[in-house]
Amino acid sequence: MTTRWFGAPVQRVEDDRLLRGRGRFTDDIGEGALECCFVRSPHAHARITSIDVNEARAMPGVAAVYTAADLPFGGLDLPLLIPHPNLTHGRTQRCLASEIVRYAGEAVAFIVAESRYLAEDAADLVQVEYEPLPVVITPEAAARAEHLVHDDVPGNVAAEMVQEVGDVDEALAEAPHRKRLRYRYERGAASPMEGRAVWASWSDADRKLTVYDSTQSPTSIRGGLAVLFGLPESNVEVIAPDVGGGFGPKIMLFYPDELLVPYAAMQLGRPVKWTEDRQEHFTAVNQERGQVHEVEVGFDDEGRVLALDDDFIHDGGAYTPYGIILPIITAAQVPGPYRIANYRVRFRDLYTNATPTSPYRGAGRPHACFVMERTLDAIASELGIDRIEVRRRNLIKQDQFPYDVGVAWQDGNAVVYDSGDYPALLERAVAMLGPKPNGDNIGMGIGVYVEGTGVGPYEGAHVQVLVSGKVVAATGIPSQGQAHATVWAQVVADELGVDVKDVEITSGDTRRFPWGVGTFASRGAVTAGNAMHVAARMVAGKAKQIAADHLEANPADLELAGGRVRVKGSPDRGIPLAAVAVLSNPMRYAFGGGTEAATQFASKARPGPPLHEGEQPGLEATGYYSPPGSTWASGCHAAYVRVDPKTFRLEILKYVVVHDCGRVINPLVLQGQIEGGVAQGIGGAFYERLAYDSDGQLRNASFMEFLIPYATEIPPIEIDHIETPSPLNPLGVKGAGEAGVIPVGAVIGSAIADALGVPVAEMPLSPLKLYELATSRP
Amino acid sequence: MKPPPFEYHAPTTLDEACSLLASLEEAKVLAGGQSLIPLLNFRLARPRHLLDINRVAGLDRIYERDGGIAVEALGRQAAVEDSDLVARVCPLLGEAVRLVAHRVIRNRGTVCGSLAHADPASELPAVLLALGGHVIAQSARGKRTIAADQLFRGVFETALETDEMVVEAWFPASPQPFAILEESRRHGDFALAGVVRADTRLALFGVGSTPVLADRSDATRGLQPSGDLEATPDFRLHLVRVLTEKAFAA
Amino acid sequence: MKVNEVEYPAPADARRLLSDHLRHDLGLTGTHVGCEHGVCGCCTVLLDGNPVRSCLMLAVQAEGHELTTVEGLARSGAPLHPVQQAFHETHGLQCGFCTPGFVMSVVGLLAQHPQPTAQQIEEGIAGNLCRCTGYASIRRAVTRAVELSK
Repeated sequence: MTTRWFGAPVQRVEDDRLLRGRGRFTDDIGEGALECCFVRSPHAHARITSIDVNEARAMPGVAAVYTAADLPFGGLDLPLLIPHPNLTHGRTQRCLASEIVRYAGEAVAFIVAESRYLAEDAADLVQVEYEPLPVVITPEAAARAEHLVHDDVPGNVAAEMVQEVGDVDEALAEAPHRKRLRYRYERGAASPMEGRAVWASWSDADRKLTVYDSTQSPTSIRGGLAVLFGLPESNVEVIAPDVGGGFGPKIMLFYPDELLVPYAAMQLGRPVKWTEDRQEHFTAVNQERGQVHEVEVGFDDEGRVLALDDDFIHDGGAYTPYGIILPIITAAQVPGPYRIANYRVRFRDLYTNATPTSPYRGAGRPHACFVMERTLDAIASELGIDRIEVRRRNLIKQDQFPYDVGVAWQDGNAVVYDSGDYPALLERAVAMLGPKPNGDNIGMGIGVYVEGTGVGPYEGAHVQVLVSGKVVAATGIPSQGQAHATVWAQVVADELGVDVKDVEITSGDTRRFPWGVGTFASRGAVTAGNAMHVAARMVAGKAKQIAADHLEANPADLELAGGRVRVKGSPDRGIPLAAVAVLSNPMRYAFGGGTEAATQFASKARPGPPLHEGEQPGLEATGYYSPPGSTWASGCHAAYVRVDPKTFRLEILKYVVVHDCGRVINPLVLQGQIEGGVAQGIGGAFYERLAYDSDGQLRNASFMEFLIPYATEIPPIEIDHIETPSPLNPLGVKGAGEAGVIPVGAVIGSAIADALGVPVAEMPLSPLKLYELATSRP
Repeated sequence: MKPPPFEYHAPTTLDEACSLLASLEEAKVLAGGQSLIPLLNFRLARPRHLLDINRVAGLDRIYERDGGIAVEALGRQAAVEDSDLVARVCPLLGEAVRLVAHRVIRNRGTVCGSLAHADPASELPAVLLALGGHVIAQSARGKRTIAADQLFRGVFETALETDEMVVEAWFPASPQPFAILEESRRHGDFALAGVVRADTRLALFGVGSTPVLADRSDATRGLQPSGDLEATPDFRLHLVRVLTEKAFAA
Repeated sequence: MKVNEVEYPAPADARRLLSDHLRHDLGLTGTHVGCEHGVCGCCTVLLDGNPVRSCLMLAVQAEGHELTTVEGLARSGAPLHPVQQAFHETHGLQCGFCTPGFVMSVVGLLAQHPQPTAQQIEEGIAGNLCRCTGYASIRRAVTRAVELSK
């Protein structure tokens, strides 16, 4: 290997077509498809007393109107994706509600028409009568359980889980200092710029269903559709083409449209497309972040945490299709990078009459980090110790890895940190932050975090060298902008000794690679990246074997470089990789492209049959990587902010990030991931809040009122890295997708509290909240 | 989010536009469309007729009249922003228009449309009020002048009759000193509260159902602002006091 | 109307949004639709040279006007437009969904201010939402585009 692509700031190979407007997003596909819209419940909780779709059905241009009664699967609950023993009362919605609706936005009817315009006209004609029921909207109200979201779920409790490390009661009793704290995090929304979309076509002749879906998991969609429609998986093709951002909610499956669009295409014999609009995105797409934590901490005179007891409730929304991953992650990640010998965490996942929840970038971690960091700030304040010093005294030391936290992770394994250097992160960030600027109302915030990344079970990859010498490679997980086509080309190019531009990656297309899990949990680089590495290495081995026969050399003496397989030390003695690809497939017919070299009378005779036992034709291989456990990335963010004491306008003066995701594949791409994550974190800390009223109506379901920051709200961000390679995978990499967002709430909250001298125990903040905090100060 | 059905009319003369407006029921005038089309897309507005005046020729002048600035119905906000005449005669208007949304919106949005839409949180109605300007309303019945303090009647409500449209807005030259200050959540958003100072005159926006004139010594007297997600009535009053103080600070 | 210098017949349906007409009637799917209420900027195109929201215009309103969409900046096979090239070099895009809107806004910005100040850059890109990049690389892209446009 002479060229080292791994680690280089390679410019993205996917940019050109996206910049020319030649991207291929789901709504770009399939002119002539029928278009759809939903009739959705305007009520957060109601009994449906009647649905009349006759007028809509009769409208010219309408191809079909479906209610639950019209569907063979209308009476089935949608799958509960990740069951868990503690999820004692898991509930999922039906494709279309027919009896009770449990959140505003729940689908009731589905209209297929010649255009979306006509479909919306028809939706106006559907008459649904509702009998409103009492609404449960906050996690606190859910806990009070004066009303139930599901009649048969007592106390609105979907799940309860308690874990304890050490002896918290005893440690608290003996602690020199104890403090009780309460923290609240509100709901936010991922809001990718592309909403969700599904296009489907059914070929009766081939009995083949083709689905384009802006999903983070086409392989799982394929599996589910095959089961639902009783088709072999090979007759279902699911493609996630260009996906316009995901950030979590597009890993959720099945949204009703993911079944209804294919079903309608099969029924109507025409391609059918549904493209979500922004308004429905706000209520129909899963959300996250609502939690309330009651914490008791015991600590010594030096500010060392002796015991932490966290009892929290999680706003699960109306259903639990994604299980209880979120509160499990929160519970596991509250201790973060700190040594906490006695830790107890109890959570209850509660039903509310709001959109269901599932992971959104950060997935349970921003809250966990906020709880821990604000608690450390409280300790510092109580003892009059510098906040940075309190962190120094509690961080896990570099010689303590692997570090077993003693609680369970989302995959059921124990949380064991594989590697890291947390003190180094902290010191680097403090140095980068520098001295506090002069001026009034300026505050400092700091937060250290860990992130479990690269969760299993596995991903796979197929790598093939074509007779042209070009390389194609595919994996099951799609990209939503993470530059998969570039970074995996880097990994493959290194193993095969080719230029990165000669490697073409396909991701998220079950026609090219049918197995795998999905793009979520900062797992792509770890799982699919290593699978690419494994498969490419297999191809390299095969190439060496074939070339060795051809060159009459020992495979161990060969290397792949410059698009050739050559003898180490005598680079002139070699054979182009393209020729090896030809030789890999013993031919009867020559059809150009150099294939004549592999026909039976052309190649040098090798003893035995042309294909030896155990050999397969083609210079290709399929490889898999299944991580033994999660890899734990980490980082430290710190900031100076100024808050206007009269208008409470926030100005972020400086924001620094020190990040460790093991070995870095592409620093340019990594920088983009972090900058984007921090911006999303700033949005979640000061601008974005899903505001439900007591009737369960989302009051800000538009970009006019749900305030995603513009460029004007996001400051420049300074980034530095340290690299502690993961010992768990061949590439030594850890995930980086969510890191940017995790500590931002904690950091901004801490900085604002410092600037204004107000207690900050909730997220997000806003000028209004700061005004209220400042004016209610005693 | 697609507009509901409507009948579309694109008159090419003002007379034609006025006679259509007089004869059509439930008609909406479409100028820049930057407020109206979102309402159509959300199906919050369902006019039976849409009267697109963009084909009316020669209705986009920005010119000096009676010592002030006149902006005709199709005078785009971006054109006002870029106008040297506006910068010279009524710099307050030039400054205010930069606070309206973003440049791409202003490329299409019109000054008169903003006034006729009468969003109480928007800047231009308050500027017109602070300066004591007026609009000229035209209908098939003729023209009339409506002074700023007579124009704004409520949230999205004006003194315009259903057969009338604003064909021109007139802003007096801005006196010295002047200021427009607002607090919004993001750059370009509607204001939580805002103040316009034109010498001794003070107009407030975002704090009532219409922009209001106020007395600088007691700016919040009589105000009963509503609350929303981003500001309680109390916070709005607080902001008015803060911004007024800033606007009148030497 | 003329789109990317090609004359097209008038749209049939008066209520059809310009964004839908470009995408689904003319097949110019590079113009994206992110909110349909004028906030996100994904659908930004040039109308007679000025950036506008195509979701806030009816297609019939574009009759007699010249439109430029992202597909019109660089012909197929030709090098990228300097603004497009700058976005590539600075990693100014991730998922690419907001990108055509940003590119068109920046083309409009540089036409208005060929040598923009930092504040003009800030305001020039402030009408478009991006959920991936955090805007830092987009700021770098504008600066780079100024250099490449010289």
